[in-house]
Amino acid sequence: MDAIEVKDLSKSFEGLKAVDSVSFSVHTSEIFGFLGPNGAGKTTTVRMLTGVIKPDSGEARVMGRDIESETKRVKEVLGVLPETANAYPDLTAWGNLMLIASLYGIPRREGERRATTLLKEFGIYERRSSKVKGFSKGMKQRLMLSMALVSDPEVLFLDEPTSGLDVQSARAIRQRIKELQEESKTVFLTSHNMQEVGELCDRVGIINKGKMVTVDSPEHLRTRIGGSVAVEVRLDRAVDLSRLDFKVERAGDTYRIYTTEPHDVIRAIVGFATLNGLKILSLNVQPPSLEDVFVKLTGGSNGQ
Amino acid sequence: MGSKIWAIARKDIQMYYFKGPVVIFGVLFPLFLFLAFYIGRNLPAAFLIPGLVAMTIFFTSTSVSPVIMPWETQMRTLERLISCPVTVRTLIVGDILASFIFGTCISAVPVAVGVALGVSVKSPVILAIAVILAAFCFSALGLLFSAPPTSLVSNIMMLSTFVKFPVIFISGIFIPVDQMPGWGVAVASLSPLTYFTDLARYAIQGYAYYPLYADFAALFVYAALFLFLAVRLHERALPKRF
Repeated sequence: MDAIEVKDLSKSFEGLKAVDSVSFSVHTSEIFGFLGPNGAGKTTTVRMLTGVIKPDSGEARVMGRDIESETKRVKEVLGVLPETANAYPDLTAWGNLMLIASLYGIPRREGERRATTLLKEFGIYERRSSKVKGFSKGMKQRLMLSMALVSDPEVLFLDEPTSGLDVQSARAIRQRIKELQEESKTVFLTSHNMQEVGELCDRVGIINKGKMVTVDSPEHLRTRIGGSVAVEVRLDRAVDLSRLDFKVERAGDTYRIYTTEPHDVIRAIVGFATLNGLKILSLNVQPPSLEDVFVKLTGGSNGQ
Repeated sequence: MGSKIWAIARKDIQMYYFKGPVVIFGVLFPLFLFLAFYIGRNLPAAFLIPGLVAMTIFFTSTSVSPVIMPWETQMRTLERLISCPVTVRTLIVGDILASFIFGTCISAVPVAVGVALGVSVKSPVILAIAVILAAFCFSALGLLFSAPPTSLVSNIMMLSTFVKFPVIFISGIFIPVDQMPGWGVAVASLSPLTYFTDLARYAIQGYAYYPLYADFAALFVYAALFLFLAVRLHERALPKRF
């Protein structure tokens, strides 16, 4: 049985189709990345799957439970970290966790045990009695993830879990997401961070203008679009590579050239370096990044 | 379900009610309104205290409950809450319970003021039952005010003020129902606060305009109606909040 099965799900707002006959499935114990430009229908899809809003048509099941007729039972197996939601600022970290534990019907003792474990695990146990309004963004996000995990859910919906976080917090959360898979949890991850999605997800679904464009593994997606690769070269000093007949992008001390003929580009670079007495520090041929795939499949559109 | 309702109510109490300004405002506002009416008139305390109790319970029970939903929509805590396995009914009843506790506790203050002024409560049981029923009824009314799916607290405050002040003036607080003209009695009979004021007068002054069973029945019917409407309207409004 798949953890999430979605068939022809649609939702309109004031005549505008936000989600248009979307179908896909998420396997059990899979980390599934859900990508799309702003306004593509990601949040609406997640809100329907988590029982916050009802679809206009279509059907979806989470752990075999229908999202419309068994909404409460669906919510019982879910842990949710909505991107736009907040913890209660005037409650303590402990108070927020115990509130969520109570709403999932977890007995008090067990709720306290889980809250202690989670707060320790995310490094905020010492601040458990502080009001959340005094927390940094990273601490708030770690608390929100603790709140999503306190019910020990089978399926987790994580919407931009590392957005705007410092490196340490983002890394801690990514590490925890990996561990969740080892604990046989299914993770539905929405993110704009392509590197994160490529690193964490088994499969990726891309939605654009309310329609599902593709569902595949990051590796397959990279090879599927074919075409250009990136030749990356680092030289021992800064030079003007625009004299070569290629479009060159510079990122720090790395020059990147997108081409369908890497052989020609490498020969040209080596020749240029030899002619000008340059030392080549590194030379790599990179397959298309997930970001390239995303831009190509969404037509370069961005709702922003 | 009971523990979930209590969890919501406890959250409301900690977040919204258990704050100095809210408690002080809950006592002071009806008191100042009462003093504005009382000062310069030679009216017996036994006449005034039922009105003060009525105003206090009405204002306190409808003070915070209307703003919780728009506030939580604005603070973006509502989506987190509704992602949990709770129904709209549980949320509404939890909000009503918190408001009920607040209204019931604060209404003890004007009763204590009356006792301090030498006013005796002739039927404390009637007063206690009336306070419980009225606090529930007006808390449900407060939730009804917040049914429009807006995140602007000011809009809801304007709507609730627009309803609350006229209700105060037609409910037999300043002019007893038996001294009203026929059209006044007809208008007063539409207000749930009229029936609580009548019960408070009975409990403190020893007489009532309506039969006691009619007062209790009217309060009960209004409470059930407000609860039913609040749940139905919030069920419809909730998806529009996101």
